[in-house]
Amino acid sequence: MKECMVRLIYCEMLGYESSFGYIHAIKLAQQGNLLEKRVGYLAVSLFLHENHELLLLLVNTVVKDLQSTNLVEVCMALTIVSQIFPREMIPAVLPLIEDKLQHSKEIIRRKAVQALYKFYLIAPNQVQHIHDKFRKALCDRDAGVMAASLHIYLQMIKENPSGYKDLTGSFVTILKQVVRGKLPVDFNYHSVPAPWLQIQLLRILGLLGKDDPRTSELMYDVLDESLRRAEINHNITYAILFECVQTIYTIHPKSELLEKAAKCIGKFVLSPKINLKYLGLKALTYVIQQDPNLALQHQMTIIECLDHPDPIIKRETLELLYRITNGQNVIVIVQKMLDYLKESKEEYAIINLVGKIAELAEKYAPDNEWFIQTMNAVFSVGGDVVHPDIPNNFLRLLADGFDDGKEDDQLQMYAVQSYLALLEEEDALYPQKFLQVMSWVLGEYSSLVTDVDPEVILTKLHSLLKKTFVTSETKVWIMAAVTKIASRTSCSKTVDELIQEFSNSLDTCMRQYAFELKHLCEDKALMKTLLPFDASCSDMVVDASLSFLDGFVAEGLGRGAAPYKPHHQRQEEKLSQEKALNFEPYGLSFVSSVSSSGVTGRQSPTGLSFGSDTSGNSAETGHKETNTLKLEGVRKLWGKEGYLPKKENKVGKETEPQTLSCGSLLAGQVGESPALQSDQVASLSEEDKEKQQLASTLFIGLGSSTGVSLMGKVDTTTQKFKRKSKINETQSSEEVSDFQISAASDFGPLLDTAPINVEDCEGNTHTRLRKSSLCSSDIVEETLAFETPQSLKKSGLDERLSDSRLSQSSLFADSNMEIFQPSPSAQCEGAGKTPSVPSLPEELQDLTHSEVLELCQSDALALHLCKVWTDDSLLLTIFVSNKTASALNAVSLVFEEAEYFQVLESPTYQFPVIEAQCVEHCQKCVWMDKVCTQGILSASVHCQSELETHLQFSITLSLLDFIRPMEMTTEDFGKLWLSLSNDVKQNIKLSSSQDSLSAAMSTLQQKLKLHIVDTIGNEGILACQLLPSVPCLLHCRTHSGMLALWFRSPCAALPDGLLYQCQKVMEES
Amino acid sequence: MQFMLLFSRQGKLRLQKWYVPLSDKEKKKITRELVQTVLARKPKMCSFLEWRDLKIVYKRYASLYFCCAIEDQDNELITLEIIHRYVELLDKYFGSVCELDIIFNFEKAYFILDEFLLGGEVQETSKKNVLKAIEQADLLQEVSKFNFSGQSII
Repeated sequence: MKECMVRLIYCEMLGYESSFGYIHAIKLAQQGNLLEKRVGYLAVSLFLHENHELLLLLVNTVVKDLQSTNLVEVCMALTIVSQIFPREMIPAVLPLIEDKLQHSKEIIRRKAVQALYKFYLIAPNQVQHIHDKFRKALCDRDAGVMAASLHIYLQMIKENPSGYKDLTGSFVTILKQVVRGKLPVDFNYHSVPAPWLQIQLLRILGLLGKDDPRTSELMYDVLDESLRRAEINHNITYAILFECVQTIYTIHPKSELLEKAAKCIGKFVLSPKINLKYLGLKALTYVIQQDPNLALQHQMTIIECLDHPDPIIKRETLELLYRITNGQNVIVIVQKMLDYLKESKEEYAIINLVGKIAELAEKYAPDNEWFIQTMNAVFSVGGDVVHPDIPNNFLRLLADGFDDGKEDDQLQMYAVQSYLALLEEEDALYPQKFLQVMSWVLGEYSSLVTDVDPEVILTKLHSLLKKTFVTSETKVWIMAAVTKIASRTSCSKTVDELIQEFSNSLDTCMRQYAFELKHLCEDKALMKTLLPFDASCSDMVVDASLSFLDGFVAEGLGRGAAPYKPHHQRQEEKLSQEKALNFEPYGLSFVSSVSSSGVTGRQSPTGLSFGSDTSGNSAETGHKETNTLKLEGVRKLWGKEGYLPKKENKVGKETEPQTLSCGSLLAGQVGESPALQSDQVASLSEEDKEKQQLASTLFIGLGSSTGVSLMGKVDTTTQKFKRKSKINETQSSEEVSDFQISAASDFGPLLDTAPINVEDCEGNTHTRLRKSSLCSSDIVEETLAFETPQSLKKSGLDERLSDSRLSQSSLFADSNMEIFQPSPSAQCEGAGKTPSVPSLPEELQDLTHSEVLELCQSDALALHLCKVWTDDSLLLTIFVSNKTASALNAVSLVFEEAEYFQVLESPTYQFPVIEAQCVEHCQKCVWMDKVCTQGILSASVHCQSELETHLQFSITLSLLDFIRPMEMTTEDFGKLWLSLSNDVKQNIKLSSSQDSLSAAMSTLQQKLKLHIVDTIGNEGILACQLLPSVPCLLHCRTHSGMLALWFRSPCAALPDGLLYQCQKVMEES
Repeated sequence: MQFMLLFSRQGKLRLQKWYVPLSDKEKKKITRELVQTVLARKPKMCSFLEWRDLKIVYKRYASLYFCCAIEDQDNELITLEIIHRYVELLDKYFGSVCELDIIFNFEKAYFILDEFLLGGEVQETSKKNVLKAIEQADLLQEVSKFNFSGQSII
C-alpha cells in the first residue's frame, strides 16, 4: 500500500488524474503502521487543499495521534495540522495543541507553535485567547521555539502595530543576543549567527518603529550593530544588510543610520553581482521618495541598468524612474517605458506598465500633442489587456480636461485629427479598446474639425463595421458614433446604406441600433435634442429611484399585482411557505429590472442620456403616486449599486494626483546636484557623454537649482488635467507672507479676553479655576474649552451627573471614555497639551456618542474625534482647531483607502477657512466593508500655512461601532434563522457573578448592542445587524455554568467577530 | 512563501510543494509557465524574477532547478539561502545528492522539506536539528517495521 501511495504521488506530480486515491491516502494515515502513516500524511498534505471535503475525515486521526505517547506520531500530526486543516474543526484540536506548548521536547513545542500560527492565519479569532501563551513561547529557552513564535508576532504586528509596542524592548534584546553570537553554534549559517532569525526580527522592528519616534529610539543601537557586524562578503550578510536598510528607512529616521544605510545601498548598486544590483535598485526605489539625492549619486549606474540585457533589471529600473518622474523628465522616462513595453510579452508586466504610463501621461503631460500620441501608443501596444479604467479616464479627460474651454477644444481637435490619420491606413489592426476610444472621440468631436467632410468619417466608420476582426461590442461603439455624427449632418448616403445593411443583421443588438437610427433620421428635431453636441460631461440627472415607472407600478397594483418585495424578504417568505406553492407572480420586480437594465445596458458612454431623458419626462407623471407605493426595494438596488459607486470612483481619482503631486514637490528639493553633474562631465570621456546627457534629462528636476521654479511648473502641469483644480495651492505662496506677519504676534491679545470668560463660568468651575490660574499660561486654553455652553455643562460634571449620563446611554456604556471626569489636577497637567476640547453640534447631541478624544496635534492644528452612533451608520465627527493666531485657509482632510472600511460620499473634506483659535468640524459616515474585529482608518490633514503642516492620524474602529440592535419578533427570528447558513458555536465559562441567563444576556445587550428577542427557560435569542444591513442572530443556552453561544449570519466572518467580542465582554464582566 | 518547485533542465517536474490553496488546473498552468520562463533565462542573469504579482527566486544546482515563489515584500536573498540550505540538507542526508536520489526517494525529500519549511515558513534553521528529527523518524520506522514483520511470523 505504501509503495502504491508513493507511486500515486509521483503520478499526480506528472499531471495524471489521481483523485481516486485521495481516500486511500486518508485511510493509510488512519490505519497504517508508523511507516505507512507517515506516507499517508505526506500524501494527504500533497493531494488535498484546505477546503477539500475529504479533509474532515482526517480530523479524528489527527486527534488520536496528538494524544499518542509516541513522539513521532505527535510530530506527524502537528506537521499535518500546520500544513492543512479545516477551519471549522479547529476547536476540536485546539486544547490538545495548547497542551503541547508545555511539552518537554522542544521539537514538539516548536511544531505546536507553528500549528497555532497556521490557525492564526486561517481563523484569527479562534486563538485570540492564547495570546499570553505566545508570549511564553517567545521567552522559550529553545531558540527554535522562539523563532517559530516570531512568525505569529510578525503577522500580528503587521495587522496591529500599536498593540505590541511594549514588546519592542524584548525584540531588541533578542536581536542583540543573536547578533553577538550568543545562540548555539547550530544556528549559524556560514558562520553568520541565525540569519533567518535576524531578518525576522528586523522586519518586526521595522513595523513597530514606523512613524513612532519613541519606539524607533530603542532600536537605533542594535540596527547600528547589525550593520557593523554584517561584513563578511557572502549572500547571507547581504540579505541581512538589505533588511537592515529597509528597516532603517521605514522607522523614524536618524541621520547617522541613514548615512550608513545609504552607503550600503551604494554597495549593492555598484556590486558586479547581478542579484545584488537588482536588490540595490529595489532598495533605491524604496527610499527614493525620502532621499532623491541617492538617485543622483547613482545616476550613471541607473543609466547602465536601463540598457541591461536582463529584462528584470530593466523593469526594476523603470520602476525606479517612475518614482522620480516630474514635469521635466516625463518625456524621456515615458519613452523608455514605451520601448520596454514593445519588447515585453508578459501580460502582467504589460498591464502594470501601461497603467503607469497612462498615469504619468495624465499627470505631467507637457502638451496636447504629446499626450495624445503617448496615449495612442499605450492603447495600441497595450492592446486589450489594459485596465478598463484607462480608456475611461482618458475619455473623461478629453471631455472635460481643462478649466479653459479653448485648450479643451484644441486637445479634442488634435485627438480627432490623429485618429483620422490612424484610420487612413487601410489594413492596420488596432486593439478593440483603441477602436472604441477612436469611435467615441470621432462621434463626439468630429465636428470640431471643419475641413473634413463628415461623409468621409462616416465612410471610414462604415468600412470598420465591415471588418471581421471588430467584435460586436466595438461595433456598438462605432454605431453610436455614427448616430451622433448623423445627427449633425443633414442627410447622408452612407447612413442610409448602413441602415439598410444592418436592419437585417443577425446580431440583434446591431439591428436594434440600426432601427433606432432609422427612426431618429426621420425626425431630425428629436435627434438634435437627444444628442446635443459636447454634452457628455454635463451633469445628467439620473432618476435612480426609477420614479418614472411609478405610474406603471400603480397601474399594475391596481390590476392586483403583488407589491415588490426585496430579495431577502422573498426568500424569507419562500421558506415559511415552503409547502404551499406561491402562485403570485413577482411581476413587478421583473418589469422594473428589465426596463432599468435597458437604461444602463447601453455601451457608449453617452448612452445614458437616452435613458435619463425619458426618465425625466415620466418622472413627473408618476410622481403623485409615490406615497402609496412601496418602492424601497427598488430604490435600494438601483440607487446604491447603480450609481453611487461611479461617483465615488471619480472623487477618488481626483484626490490621487493631488496627494502625489505634493509628494513629488517635497522630493523636488535636493542639494548639490548641479555641482556634482558638472564635475562628472569634466572627468568623463567622450563615449560617456551620451549617457551623461541622458542622465541629465532623466534627473532634471531633482536638483536644487531648479527647486523654486520647479514648484511652480509642476503645479501647472499637474493641474492641467485635474477637473476641479484646487486653487489654494497657488494661493498659498501669497499667504505665506501674511502668515509670517501674524505668526510674529503671540497669544497676548487673547489673554485679555480670557478673564471675561472665566468670570462667566466661575460659578460652575470654582475649584478648577483656582487651580488653572496657577498655571497662568494655560488660562487661554482652559477657558476656550468653556466657551460653548455644552462643554461648560460637561466640565462642571460631577460624579452623579456622569452616572446619570451613563445610564442614559447604557447601550454604549463600554465605549464611553470618560476624559471629562472632573479630576482637576489631571486636567491641569494635561492642559498644556489639550488646549480646547470641542463639543458636538446641537443636532448630534441627542444621539449616542463617545466622548471627544484628541487625535493628534501640531503647533498649528489640533484634531479631535467624536464617534456618533446613528441608526444607519457610524458618524465620525472630526474637529479641527486652529491654534495659531491667524486664519488658516484650505485645510483639507483626506481619508486613506482602508481595507475594512468605506467612507461614504467622498473620502476628502475641505475646510475653506478656519478662523484663528476657532474650531471647525466635519462629519463622515463610515461603513464596515469587510468584517474585522478591529481595524484602523488612517487619514491625514494637510494645510498650507507658513509651515506646511501635514498631520497624519489613525482612528481605531471596532466591530462594535457598526453593530446595531435589530428588532424582530420571535417568529421572524425563526424564519431568518433557518435561512442563514454560516454558523459558529462556542461554549464560554460563566463567572459566578453572572451565572444566570438573564444576567448574561443583559450584559450582551448592554455591551454589544444586541437586541433581546425572547427568553424561554434556559434559552435565549438575540439579534443584531452589521451596518448597513447584515443580520446576525444569536442563540444562547446555559447549562452547568457554561454559556453555549450559537451564531448565524449570511456573512461568514461576522459570527467569528461577534463571538470574539462576546468572549471579551464576558471575561471582563 | 507561496510554493516551491523542483524541475530538471528538460522541464520535468521533480518535486512540488504548494503553501497556498490552488486548484489543480491553476497549479498546472503556473508550473508550465514558470518552467518555460525560467528555462529560457541565461545563466548570467539575475536569479530573481517578477512574475504576475509574485517574486520568483530560482537557482540551478547541476541539472536541477530549485524555484520558490515569494511575496513582493519578502527578502529575495534569504530565499536564495533557503534553497541553498535545503540543498545542503539533501546533500547531507543522501551523501552528495544527485537528481536520481530525488527521483527514487522523493518522499524522503518531501520529509526533509517538511522538517525544514512548514506552512511556507522556515521552521528549523539548525541543520543538525533537522537531520536529527528525520533520523529519529527513520529509526522508529525501522523498529516498527521489524515489529510488524516479527508479529506476522508468529
